[in-house]
Amino acid sequence: MPLGFLLLFFVYPLAAIVQRGLSTGGEGSSLDVLEDPITREVVWFTVWQAAASTLLTIAVSLPVAYVLGRYDFPGRSLVRALVVVPFVLPTVVVALAFLAILPAGLDRGWAPILIAHTFFNVAVVVRIVGTFWAGLDRRVSEAAATLGAGPARRAREVTAPLLAPSLAAAAAIVFLFSFTSFGVVLILGGPGYATIEAEIYNQAVRLFDLRAAAVLSLVQLLCVGLAVLVTMRLEARLGVSSGFRPERDVLSKPRTAGEKALVAGSLGGLALFLGLPLLVLVERSLAVGGGHGFGAYRALAHPTSAFLATPWEAVVNSLVYASLATLIAVVVGGLAAFAVASSGGPRFLDWLLMLPLGASAVMLGFGFVIAFDTPPIDFRSSRWIIPAVQALVAIPFVVRIVVPTLRAIDERQREAAALLGASPGRVRREIDFPIVGRALAVAAGFAFAISLGEFGATVFLARPDNPTLPVAIFRFLGRPGELNAAEAYALAVVLMTVTAISILLVDRIRVRRGGWF
Amino acid sequence: MLRVEDVTVRFEGKPALDGVSLDVADGEVVTVLGPSGSGKSTLLRVVTGLQRPDSGRVLLDGRDLDGVPPHRRGIGLVFQDQALFPHRDVWGNVVFGLRMRGVLSEEIEARGREVLALVGLRGFERRSVATLSGGEQQRVALARALAPEPRVLLLDEPLGSLDRRLRDRLLEDLSRIFEELGVTALYVTHDQAEAFALGDRVAVMREGRVVQVGTPDELWAAPVDDDVARFLGLGNVRDGRVVRPEAVAVRRAADGERGAGVVERVTRHGPAVRLVVRLDDGSTLEAALAAVDHPAVGDRVSVEIDPKGIVPL
Repeated sequence: MPLGFLLLFFVYPLAAIVQRGLSTGGEGSSLDVLEDPITREVVWFTVWQAAASTLLTIAVSLPVAYVLGRYDFPGRSLVRALVVVPFVLPTVVVALAFLAILPAGLDRGWAPILIAHTFFNVAVVVRIVGTFWAGLDRRVSEAAATLGAGPARRAREVTAPLLAPSLAAAAAIVFLFSFTSFGVVLILGGPGYATIEAEIYNQAVRLFDLRAAAVLSLVQLLCVGLAVLVTMRLEARLGVSSGFRPERDVLSKPRTAGEKALVAGSLGGLALFLGLPLLVLVERSLAVGGGHGFGAYRALAHPTSAFLATPWEAVVNSLVYASLATLIAVVVGGLAAFAVASSGGPRFLDWLLMLPLGASAVMLGFGFVIAFDTPPIDFRSSRWIIPAVQALVAIPFVVRIVVPTLRAIDERQREAAALLGASPGRVRREIDFPIVGRALAVAAGFAFAISLGEFGATVFLARPDNPTLPVAIFRFLGRPGELNAAEAYALAVVLMTVTAISILLVDRIRVRRGGWF
Repeated sequence: MLRVEDVTVRFEGKPALDGVSLDVADGEVVTVLGPSGSGKSTLLRVVTGLQRPDSGRVLLDGRDLDGVPPHRRGIGLVFQDQALFPHRDVWGNVVFGLRMRGVLSEEIEARGREVLALVGLRGFERRSVATLSGGEQQRVALARALAPEPRVLLLDEPLGSLDRRLRDRLLEDLSRIFEELGVTALYVTHDQAEAFALGDRVAVMREGRVVQVGTPDELWAAPVDDDVARFLGLGNVRDGRVVRPEAVAVRRAADGERGAGVVERVTRHGPAVRLVVRLDDGSTLEAALAAVDHPAVGDRVSVEIDPKGIVPL
C-alpha cells in the first residue's frame, strides 16, 4: 500500500516531468536549457548558497550543541524542544520575519537567504550533534588528559574525530534543505537570486515554459538523489559508533563562573537570533497606521482583493487540509516504516521514501499539475489533491521518526515478554504498539506542522478560491498597500502560533533520543 | 611519594570523600578496598585532577598539585571500562601518551613495542580496539597508561568487567608487571582477594572514609571493627571479638550429649566446608572444616573454639 501510494503520487508525476522534459521539441532543445548561461548561474548559486548556509549553520549551532552535550542545567530539555520550533515554522513565515527585521537594502539578496537558512537549520545541528555529544563517553577525553593531552589537543585528537560522523550527517541534511529551499528564496532572493527550485516555479508559473521547468526538475532530482544517498550513508554511520554512555554519566552542572557564562552566553545568543525575528513579526502584525492594534486581525474576516476568499477561510482550509494530510501521512508512513524496519524490508523502499524529503516540493507540485490535469487521471479539481501532496512531503519525516523507534525495540524485550507467557499477538500489543504509538503521535504532530506550512507544492495546486495560509500570505505580499502587508504579518503570526503549539505538544511525548528530532 | 591529605569532596552537599588521607611510597602498590559507593573512584579522580577536592590537597614528590591540570600531572589512570579511543587502533591507543609528550618517533616506536610485549599483545598493533575481547582491551588500557612511564599509576577496578578465569590470569600478569617495573600504584577494587593479592598495603574504605590501612597480614590479624572483619570475610563477630571460622571445631553430638546447636547450612568452598551453626542462644557461628566427612544440615553438634583463633577488635 505505501508502495502504491508512492507509485501513484510520486513516481507517476515524476515520470510525467521526465516525459515532458525530454519529448517536446526533441532532444536538442532539452540540452538548450542546460546550456543556457542562466541555468548554469542558477545551479551554481544553488550549490554555493547551500554550502555557505551549511557552514554558517554549523558555526552558529556548535556552541549550543556543546552546551547541550556537556552541561546539565535547568530548562535543558525545554531548550531542546524550543529549538525545533523554527525548523518546522513555515518558510513563508520565516521569510516574512526576516523581511520585517532586516534593514531595507539588506533585506533582499544572498545574505538574508543564508541567515534565514541558518535560522531554520540550527535545530538540525543542535539536535543531532548535541545528542551525539551528550552520548560521548566523557572518560575517553579524560583518558587523553591523564596521558598528557591539553584541552586543545583533546579537542583535536579525541573530540573532533569522535564527533565527525554526527557533524557530517547534520551538515548533509542542512545542505539538502538549503539546496531545495524555495519559499525563503522566492521571497528574500529578489531578482537575480534563484535556486533551481525557485527557477522551476519561475519557468512554470511566470514564464509558462513547462519544458524548461521539466528539465530543471530533472537536474534537481539528480542532485537531490545524490544528496539523499550521501545523507543516508552518513546517517547509517551514526549508529555504529561505540562507547556510548547514558546522558546522566556525561553531563555535569556548570560550576565555575566561566562555565556558567558559556552556557548563558550561547543560549542567550541563540534565543536572540531565533526569537527576535519572530517578535518583530508579531510587532508588525499589530502595527496599523501610527499605533498598535488588532486592525489587521479584524480585517482577516473580510474579503480581500488578493484572492477569492476571506483570509479566515484560508485558516480553515489550512487546518482541514493539514488534518487530512496528517492522516494520510501517518497511515502510509507508518505502514512504510514497518516495512522498512522489518528485517526483510526492501532497501530501495527506504531510499524511495527519503526522496520526497528533498525531492523538492516545487517539483512535486509541478509534477502534479502536469500529471493529473489530463486523462487518464484528472485529479486537479479534487479537494484531495492538496492533502495528497502535503502528505507526500510529510511522509519522509514520519518514516524517519518511526523507523528508529521500531529498530530500537530490543529483541530481548519481546523474548522476555514471550517467556513471561505473552503470545505473539500479545507481544505486539503490549510491547510494540505502546512504543510505536508514541512515536506515531510525535510523527503526526510533525506531519501536521509540515503540512500546515507546506508552500512549494501547494502554491501550484491551490486555486484562488481555496488558498492555504502560506499561499494567502504569499498572495498578500504580492499586493501593494499597508493593510495587505499587515494582514500578511497577521496571518503569519496565526500560522506560527498553530505550528508552534502542535510541535510543543508532541515534544512532551517524545520517547527516544537519537534520530533526527 | 604520593600523599593525599585530608581530602573532602561533596556532591550536592553529601560527602563522597570525608577527610581522606593516604600515603603511597615509591615503588609501593597500595590497594583501596571498599564496597561500591564508598568513594574509591572519587579518590582516584581527585588524584588525577579530574575532580577538584572541596578541601584537602594532593602532593606528588612533595609538590602540591592543586591547580595542576590532569594533563600536566604525569599520573596514569586505567579506567574501569577502559575508555579506549574508539577511533584509533591498538597502536594508536598505546602510543597516544608518548605523542602528547613530544617523544621522538624512534623512541615512540621502541617504547610502544616494549609495552605491547609486556602486556602480551605483540602483533596486535593494527587491530581495531572494537574487535578485541574484554581481556585484550584491558591489556591495551594498561599498556596505554604504562607507556609514558607515569610517576604513579592509578587503576580503577580494572578487572571488574571480566569473568573469573580471565580475572585470575590478568591478576597474575598485573602482579608480575608491577614487580618487573617497580611501579608505584594506587589500585581500587571491591574484591578482597584482588586487594590482598596485589597490595603491599591495603586501605579499607567505607562511606567516604579510610577506616583502616595496613599490610594484608596486619589487616587479617587485627581488623579494626566488626564491619571490616565482615568485609574481609572473617565471619564471626561475637562480643567485640572476631572468631576465625578455622578456629571453630564442630562435631556431631554423641548420643545422649546435649550439644551446643544445630547445623543450619553447609557450603563447600574448594577444599574447605563452611558450616553455619545455630546455637541454642539463638546466635549463629560459622565454622570452616577441612574435611570430607562433616555434619549435615539438621544435625545436632557440639562446638569447640580454639582460643588462638579469637581476635580482639
